Amino acid sequence: MIIVQQKPLNEIFEMTKNLKSLLIVGCDGCASIIQVGGERQAQVLKTLLEMEKKVKGEETPVIKAISILRQCDRQVAATALNPLREDYEAILSLGCGVGVQTISEVCKPTLIIPANDTKFLGMHDTRKGKFQELCSACGECILFETGGICPITRCAKSLLNGPCGGQSKGKCEVGGGKNDCAWILIFNSLKDRNRLDLFTKFRPPKDYRLSGHPREIGGEDEDQEVSS
Amino acid sequence: MKQINAGKFVFTGELEPVKTMNLEEVIEGAKILKDHVVAINITDNPTAFGYMNALVPSYMIQKEVGVEAVYQVTTRDRNRLALLSDLLAAGALGIKNVLALTGDHTTVGDTPQAKPVFDLDSATLVYMLRKMIDEGLDLNNNEIKNPPKFNIGIAAAPNADPLEAEILKIERKVKLGVDFIQTQCVYSVEQVKNFLEATSYLKTPILIGIAPFKSISMMKWMVQYVPGIKVPSEIQETLFKAKKKGGKEAVYEANIEIFSELLRGIRKTTNATGIHMMAIGFEWIVPKIIERAGII
Repeated sequence: MIIVQQKPLNEIFEMTKNLKSLLIVGCDGCASIIQVGGERQAQVLKTLLEMEKKVKGEETPVIKAISILRQCDRQVAATALNPLREDYEAILSLGCGVGVQTISEVCKPTLIIPANDTKFLGMHDTRKGKFQELCSACGECILFETGGICPITRCAKSLLNGPCGGQSKGKCEVGGGKNDCAWILIFNSLKDRNRLDLFTKFRPPKDYRLSGHPREIGGEDEDQEVSS
Repeated sequence: MKQINAGKFVFTGELEPVKTMNLEEVIEGAKILKDHVVAINITDNPTAFGYMNALVPSYMIQKEVGVEAVYQVTTRDRNRLALLSDLLAAGALGIKNVLALTGDHTTVGDTPQAKPVFDLDSATLVYMLRKMIDEGLDLNNNEIKNPPKFNIGIAAAPNADPLEAEILKIERKVKLGVDFIQTQCVYSVEQVKNFLEATSYLKTPILIGIAPFKSISMMKWMVQYVPGIKVPSEIQETLFKAKKKGGKEAVYEANIEIFSELLRGIRKTTNATGIHMMAIGFEWIVPKIIERAGII
């Protein structure tokens, strides 16, 4: 899941000031599942923006709050937003960075405002009530060799051949000893699975071209391009 | 390396080029250590503090003092291109030994905002060095004209917990081909024995790290912040008592007694290749500890 976090309200107020009309768009994908950017949050933000104007004694803009199936799908976003966008001066997106950019592309030239900061690709640990980064989308998955634990993401140094000397009793010195050392997790995971041969295996230097930006997959056949 | 291969019990020392362009302290330190060690490590931004580049002092102690350097190279601050450049320069300057390290994370140092590099790690650095030395090639198999010949060293942590993961990590690097291992500091003969026993199958010369305490506050700092450091309570108590009784001088004397005893124990009861002495900023204590141990 793409983990997002709402920006401080003051920042959102600043970006939306002086607008006469605003379309707030939630996303039913990741942002909605983690209860940061779904329809409900869009409605709450609408109320907050209206209250802020009232408190300041300013004219209340026309605000509509909706949510769409996936902001990151060009066709879905275009279908849902094209009939509406001309009625609004700006769109406030509650999606991730991908959603914001997709909407920006399909809703040209309407002004796009991000309501969230996109944090990472991670898991929602409901027991601990926290989100944890688990994947960096590095483009070259080695989870088979590392017992299902990603050192690129979960080791502070992204080591391919850890652990380093900075761990003590399975905790990493980065962050004050609170975080687990990914390489000790890997060691334990592979030991439990009787595959320490994979732990001892040497992993050669990584090809960073695979994670170099910008990345694209497919799309060679231009006829298949989805029209907006 | 010649002395190690000849089976001689050897000492290596360590010097830290600090945040200065002054080389005098390193040169002076090297002069103090010269007659007691076979080589001196020059640290590379230790604990991620921004100091003088290690290559220049490595070269200078060889040229000015006539003692071999162990040029420490971490992967924290340079990508594989920059590492190759520096290693070629080291070869050109007559550096014979390289200690391949990952390096402490930037966030534990004095410039925590810096972008950590870690393009390579200590294992992939050993891999790159081996290609350079054995095949005369860079990582992409491009030819290096007149490639360098280094002895490759790695670090090890006898205090690591769990130790098994540490041993397998060392094995991973030894299989790539390393010439010697220098360990982090240990404070008991028992710990040395356990570690040497666990690593004996690797058949690689191991120099055990010993680091006397310059002060009580340094000891407290190490116990609190250095991962895996275990200082037996007897040692701590002896030093506390010494401090109370006779201040700084008594702490030095207690250090000489404690560490010469440790050294003697390691020499007599283990098959360690030698000792790596780390006495940064009070190098004068190294000859005194070695002399008191009386084991040369």
